[in-house]
Amino acid sequence: MRHSTRRHFIELIGSAGAVSSMAAWPIVAGGGQSAGRVVIIGGGFGGATCAKYLRRIAPAITVTLVERESSFVTCPFSNAVLGGLYDIDFITHHYDALRDAHGVEVIQDRASTIDPAAKTVALSAGSTLTYDKLVVSPGIDFQWGAIDGYDEAASEQMPHAWKAGPQTLQLRKQLEAMPNGGVVIIAAPRNPFRCPPGPYERASMIAHYLKQAKPRSKILIYDAKDTFSKRPLFEQGWKALYPGMIEWIPESEGGAIEAVDVRSMTVHPTFGDPQTGDVINMIPPQKAGAIAQVAGLAGDGGWCAVDQRTFESAVHKDIYVIGDAAVANPMPKSGFAASSQGKVCATSIAASLSGLEMPEPSYSNTCYSLVGPDYGISVAAVYRAGAEGIVSVEGAGGISPKDADTAFRSAEASYAVGWYQSITADIWG
Amino acid sequence: MQRPIHTLIITAATLAGVVIYPATADEALNRGAILSASCASCHGPEGRSPGAIPAIAGKTAEDLRVMLEDFRSGKRRSTVMGRHAKGYSDEEIQLIATHLGKQK
Repeated sequence: MRHSTRRHFIELIGSAGAVSSMAAWPIVAGGGQSAGRVVIIGGGFGGATCAKYLRRIAPAITVTLVERESSFVTCPFSNAVLGGLYDIDFITHHYDALRDAHGVEVIQDRASTIDPAAKTVALSAGSTLTYDKLVVSPGIDFQWGAIDGYDEAASEQMPHAWKAGPQTLQLRKQLEAMPNGGVVIIAAPRNPFRCPPGPYERASMIAHYLKQAKPRSKILIYDAKDTFSKRPLFEQGWKALYPGMIEWIPESEGGAIEAVDVRSMTVHPTFGDPQTGDVINMIPPQKAGAIAQVAGLAGDGGWCAVDQRTFESAVHKDIYVIGDAAVANPMPKSGFAASSQGKVCATSIAASLSGLEMPEPSYSNTCYSLVGPDYGISVAAVYRAGAEGIVSVEGAGGISPKDADTAFRSAEASYAVGWYQSITADIWG
Repeated sequence: MQRPIHTLIITAATLAGVVIYPATADEALNRGAILSASCASCHGPEGRSPGAIPAIAGKTAEDLRVMLEDFRSGKRRSTVMGRHAKGYSDEEIQLIATHLGKQK
C-alpha cells in the first residue's frame, strides 16, 4: 500500500465509526489471520487494562490473559471495606466482559515458568502457551522473613491485607472482635511498596469504624520511614475527624519493626519498647510477583527494570513488565499508574507488531484517599518518558490544597468513589 | 465520492484474508490518543462516567479545549483537573481535545 492510500484508510475507518474513537489506529484482519499473539500474565490493573486496550487498538492481535483467580479483588477501596463503607462485592470484579465483549481469551491458571528463548509460558495445569510478545503484570509478593517471625502462617494472626480478598475480611473480622479501648497496630514498610498512601488511608478508615463502634480505642502506626505520602493532609484530617485516636511513630523514633511474636501479639521495633496490640496489621516489605522472580526479570532489589518508554524488560526482549512489579519511579506503585502503563504498553506492542512508530509516551496518575466518608484528598501527576526514563512534568500535579474548605474535601470524597467506578469500568467492564 | 471505493478496498482485503496495517498512522492522531489514554480512568470508558465525576463524552473539541485551558489557568475552578491540565502544552491540549471530541 502506498502512503496516501493508507492515510485515506484511516480517515475512512474513523468516519465510518468502524473502530472505537479511543483506538490509536485501526488494524484490520480478515480470514482469521492473526497479526500476532500476545500472552498477558496477571489480570489486575495493569494486565487487564493491557489486554482490553490491545484488543481495541489492534483487533487482529490474539490476546490471552492468564489469571490465577476467577475474579479480582482490588486493593483500592479495600480500606473502605475495612471501614465498613462497602462490602467485598463492591471491590470484586470478573473477567466476563474481557472474554465476551472484548475477545480476550481468559485462562484461569498459574504461569509457572517462562522460556524467553523459545517464547513460551508453561502453566501449572500442564499446558504451554507460545507468544510473540509477553506482558508480565504479577503485582507484588511479600518478603517473608524480612521481619523476624513474620511468615505466611503468621499473616493469619497478623493480616497484611495488602492483597485484597480473604486477608481484607480477616482484618475486618479482627476489628469487629476487638474490645473498646483496644490497640490497633499498623506497621508500614519503607519505600518502595504498593500504594504509598495506603497505610495512612487504612488508619483513617479503621479510625472511622472505631470512632463509631469502639471510641476509646487507639491506632498506632509504626513506620519504617520518616515521612509519607500526603502527610500534611492526612495529619490535618486526623486532627479534624479523629482527634487523639491515631499516633504515627516514624523510623527515627523507633517506628521500624524488626520482629514480631504472633503468640503474644507483640511487635518489636529496632529500638524502644515492644508493643502489644489487639489487632496487628503487618504490612511487610515487598518485591515483584513470583513469576517475575522465577523468570529472572527482577533485579537485586526485587523489582523489574524496564525501558520506561515501552515497558519492555531490560533483561529479556519481547517481554514487558507493567504495574507494581516494574521500576517506574517517579510513578508510584498504584492501580491508576499500572493501568496507565498498561495502555502505553498495549500501544507499544501494537506498534511493534505492525511495524509502526511508537508516539512519545505520556502517563498520569491520580490517587484519592478517603480520610472519612465525606473527606477525600488526592495526589496527582503527569509524566513523560524520554531516553532518560520517566519524569514528572514540572508545575503539574501535587496534592490537594491544605487550606481547602469542607466542600472541596467532600467533592474529592465523592470523586474518589466516582474514580473507582470509572477505572474499574474502564478495565473490567 | 470516495467512500464506496474505499469500502470496496476493505471488503476485498478482508475477503482475501489480508492483514492491513495503515502504517502511516497520522502522528497527531497517535499522540492525541496516547495523551488522552488516562482520561477514561476518571471520566469513564469512552468518556461516559458511571459515577460522580463529570462525563466528557459528547462534548465538542472546541468546548474541551476551552475547558482544559481554563482549568490550566485557574479561570475555571476544580479539585484535581487544574493539577492535570498544567501538565500539557497548548499543542497537547489541542490534540487531546480533538481526540476526545470524537467521543459521542
